[in-house]
Formats: sequence, structure tokens, C-alpha cells
Amino acid sequence: MLKLKNINTYYGQVHALKTVSMHLNKGEIVTLIGANGAGKTTILNTISGITPPRDGEILFEGEGIVKLPPDRIVRRGVSQVPEGRQVFKPLSVEDNLELGAYLRYRSREGRGEIRKDLEKVYELFPRLLERRKQMAGTLSGGEQQMLAIGRALMAKPRLLLLDEPSMGLAPLVVQEIFRVLEMLRHEHGTTILLVEQNAKAALKLADRGYVLETGKVILEEVASELLENKEVQRAYLGRDKKEIWER
Amino acid sequence: MAEGRMRGSAAPNNLYFPLTLTLSLREREFSRQYHLKRELLKFAIFTILVLLLPLAAKEGYILNVLVFVGIHSILAIALNLLLGYAGQISLGHAGFFGLGAYISGVLTATHGQNPWLAMCYAAGAVGILAFVIGFPILKLKGHYLAMATLGLGIIIYILFNETVDLTGGPSGLSGIPNLTLGTLTFDNDLKNYYLVWTFTLVAILLAVNLANSRIGRALRAIHDSETAARLMGINARFLKVQVFALSALLCSVAGSLYAHVMTFVAPASFGFNFSVELVTMVIIGGLGSIYGSVLGAAILTLLPELLRAFQDYDIIIYGLILILMTMFLPGGLVSMAPVFMSLLRGRRKQPGGAHAEA
Ligand SMILES: Nc1ncnc2c1ncn2[C@@H]1O[C@H](COP(=O)(O)OP(=O)(O)OP(=O)(O)O)[C@@H](O)[C@H]1O
Ligand SMILES: [Mg+2]
Repeated sequence: MLKLKNINTYYGQVHALKTVSMHLNKGEIVTLIGANGAGKTTILNTISGITPPRDGEILFEGEGIVKLPPDRIVRRGVSQVPEGRQVFKPLSVEDNLELGAYLRYRSREGRGEIRKDLEKVYELFPRLLERRKQMAGTLSGGEQQMLAIGRALMAKPRLLLLDEPSMGLAPLVVQEIFRVLEMLRHEHGTTILLVEQNAKAALKLADRGYVLETGKVILEEVASELLENKEVQRAYLGRDKKEIWER
Repeated sequence: MAEGRMRGSAAPNNLYFPLTLTLSLREREFSRQYHLKRELLKFAIFTILVLLLPLAAKEGYILNVLVFVGIHSILAIALNLLLGYAGQISLGHAGFFGLGAYISGVLTATHGQNPWLAMCYAAGAVGILAFVIGFPILKLKGHYLAMATLGLGIIIYILFNETVDLTGGPSGLSGIPNLTLGTLTFDNDLKNYYLVWTFTLVAILLAVNLANSRIGRALRAIHDSETAARLMGINARFLKVQVFALSALLCSVAGSLYAHVMTFVAPASFGFNFSVELVTMVIIGGLGSIYGSVLGAAILTLLPELLRAFQDYDIIIYGLILILMTMFLPGGLVSMAPVFMSLLRGRRKQPGGAHAEA
């Protein structure tokens, strides 16, 4: 479905991704874990065309997308929920959602389809329906995250990229969001790449995981094995050395 | 509506949910039609007002000022599309206005071209010029964009002054013919009033349509966060350039009208001061409000007439107004509308959000 081959991304002189290779199979949920500044956001932005790589190859459904601008990549079926939500604050909830379907308005598919998807998003997050005329900036953090996800879904993505959707949210809301991701994969076969600080929850949900350190992939494993991996436990799952030694 | 249900988890409650959903969707459909009707009503009322105003303004002098209110309204609306919707500043819009005026002037006065055709040539040329310049210039943001457009405006202004053979230089270009329509010549204030305001009304209709469309929504998204907008599949760079070109084109049309109404143009009308004046009009009226721009244009056109004594210091007054507005009324005068309306109804309500409707 998605394949990154030897990707190198730079911010000016900063070498943010160092020969990164990874892949996602269709219908898979893959999580990307790593410390602050490891390059997780950069990977997502590289895939969606916001920060194109200097060299390397990205194949989406078998076709190269490295040289394409973000709008072309969205058109092919890749949607990103950006870090820190980035909902359009002065616009209403509904305007935000309709912006998610921006490219679909020009395609041949009727507005009826878009409206149906709008209903589906409201069904998924009823809170958004209640607040649909409210300015997005006045929503709570959790509601904004739901809106950011709903907005990405309005593009009908086959590949969904999520950048720390659980940031700053209450455990119950995180559960709710993860439940939606699970359902998306189940009912629509959506492939999901999930960046998470909450590594434990993410690994429980995911099939596989990649561990990123200072711009390099240092580990790639089935999620359940990563959960058991001592290094990962120490570094990302918040268990201290003592606890591991005692076992 | 179903307040209690929402307080708990976000999971749909199967008992109530389908009902609430269909109700709300019907309501939404209704509110969209309602919105459209309200926009049409607003436009209709405004049109009638415009048509009847000359009856009240019996004095030719007032009518003359109103002609310029119309021209300035087109300019303010054009700039508002760029500044208020897409969030991109331009301090060089007087230049596009001047280009329209001079191209029309030179083509008709010097080369005897048909004025309507000249207007179209000018609009096309200025639109294309802005489109080409737009690509590099709109990569800049904030202060840098302000500086670059400022520079552009100054270059155009200097060109008007220096190409004496073509433009007549600082002493201006005279002998520009009035516009004609069949046997009708637009040669007095009343005729010019209806001529100019027809264009203004068309500009309003165009701008309101654009603002309420999917493109208008995309522009506001770019305004808020360009990266997020690009992630929605909006080709932000191209869209910004397109709006810039459209905005310049409208300014050019206003410039052509100005040339034919005045029958004389001089560089002084198209300098940096006037660019600042345009920005002031948009901000006074309210960023992102089309009718607000008309209001802003009216105020800034009438104000100098009222404050004749300050003539040479007008730029200082605009500066002061700008500072006061951004400090105390960042939403512009139209953001006062809800307060005003509720006062009229005898009820006190909180003023709505800063983002006024078009
Ligand atoms: N616009 C930029 N200009 C320069 N350097 C940048 C830029 N954006 C990111 N970087 C650098 O690239 C590296 C990777 O950043 P990135 O945002 O991808 O990290 P991350 O893994 O998402 O971190 P976090 O968990 O804190 O979100 C960091 O060292 C960061 O300083
Ligand atoms: Mg990040």
C-alpha cells in the first residue's frame, strides 16, 4: 500500500530523516514511536508532500508520489490529521468538515455522497453535530481532535496519517478515538499510520510498529513484540530500569 | 436539544440518535436556504438603496462624491478578497488601480481606442501581470509580503512619473473621453453615478458569491493555517495567486472607470498613500465583510470632504483610525452590527464572534 525507500529529508541543514525505509500493508494499523524530535512528524509531512524529501522514493499503491504537491497526494487518497489538530478556528465545525471534502466537490461524485459522509461523521462524533455551527476555535481540545479526525475522513482516505491524536486528552476520549480508528479499519479497510506518545495504547491497537531515533528507524516489529521488548519498555513505555530488573 | 445525551460518552445513543440526526439535517438544509435568501435580500435592499440615493442627493456635489464612493468600494472589495479572506496583505493596490486608469487613458486619449475595449485590455493586462508577479511575491508572508507589494506599488508609481512620453509624467494625462453607450454619453454626475454603481453592484455580487462558495471557505482556511489548508487538498499557492490576480483585475476596472469619469489622470492619485487608504477602508469596514468594505469606502471618501482643514495630514488621520480600530474594534464596523441590531430590538445581546459574515 505505502512504501518508503531510503528517504532523506532536510530542513535546510538539519538532516531530519536519515535513509528511512518503511512500509504499510493494506488495512494495517502501524504505529510510529520515538522521542521528541525523533522525526515522526517529519515522516508524516514527507509522505503528504508538505516537506518533500531530498532523495528516496515513496510508493503509494504502487505509484511514486515523491514529486507531487500535497493536493495531488490528498487526491490519491492520503489524509493527514496534523499535529496539534490545526482545525480552522474561525470557521464553523461544519465548514471545517466540508473543507475536508474540498477536492471531492469538483470531482464527478455528487454532493449527495458528500452529504452522506457528513452524516456518517456526525454519527461517529455526535458532539460535532450538536456544535456544528459553533466556531471550531471554541471547541474543547477533545472536540477539536474529533473534528480534525472527522475532517480528514471527509476526504474518504484510503491511508490515514494521524499525528499524536491523543495529545492532551482524557483517557476516556482517547479510548473513544482509538475505537473509531479500529472501526475505520474494520468497516472501510482504511490503512492507518499512527504517531503516538502514548506508546502503550498505540501498540495495543496496532499490528506493527516502528521505533524512530534521531531520524533513523532502529526497530521494526509486530506490535505485541514491541510491547514486550525491554528497550522499548524502558525508553517509551515508562517503566524504569528497576522494574525491569526485578522481573 | 439533546443536551443530556451528550454529556457522557461520544458514542451514538441508538435510541435517540437517528431522530436527532434527521431533524438536524433537515434544519441544516433549511438554514442553508435561509442563508442564501438572506444574502439575496441584503443585495436587493442594497440595490434599491443605491438606485434611490440620487433622489435624496439633489446637490450635484454630493452625487459627485458618491461616484467616488462607488469606485472606492470596488477597490476596497477587491482588496478585501485578498486581505480579509485569503489573509494576504497588499500595500501596492493603488498601483493596479493606476495601471487600469493609465492603460485606458493612453489607449483612448492617445490612440483613439474604443473605451470599453480599452477597459477590457487593461483588465486583461493587469490581471495577467498580477498573476505572473503573484507567483514569486505570494511565497512571502506577513511583513515581507507587505514590503514586496509596497515596492511593487512604488515601482508602478515611479513609472507613471517617469515615462513622460507615454503618460505625460507628473503633470498627468488629459483628454480622456467619457464612456458611451449607443447615443448615451456618461458626461455628468448622475449618469456616472449609475454607471459606476452598476459596476459596484456587479462586484458585490461577484464577491459575495465567491465568499460564500467552496473557494471562499478555502481562502478562509488558508488565512487561518496554510499548512492545514494544504493538507485538505487546497492548492494554497495557486489559489492565493488567483485571488491576487482577480483582485488586481477588479482594481484595474475601477481604474478605467476613474479615468473615463475624470477624463484626466495624474500619478498623485495612485501613490503609496492611496494604498494605505485602501487598507484602512477594508479594516474600518471589517476584514472579510463585503458590505463592510462599501461602508469603509464611504467613510473614507466622505471623511476628507468633512475634514477639509486637515487636507495635507489625511494620512496621519488614517493612521490614527487604523490604530484605534485595531485596538478597540478589530472586527471592523460591521462587527458592531449585531450589537446595533439587538439595541434596535431593545434586547442586549453579546456581540457575535469577531468573524463577521459577508
Ligand atoms: N521547520 C523546521 N526547521 C528546522 N528544523 C526542524 C523543522 N521542523 C522540525 N525540525 C527538526 O527536525 C527534527 C524532527 O522533528 P519532528 O517534528 O519530526 O519530531 P517529532 O518526532 O514529531 O517530535 P515530537 O514528538 O516532539 O512531535 C527535530 O530535530 C526538529 O528540531
Ligand atoms: Mg511531532
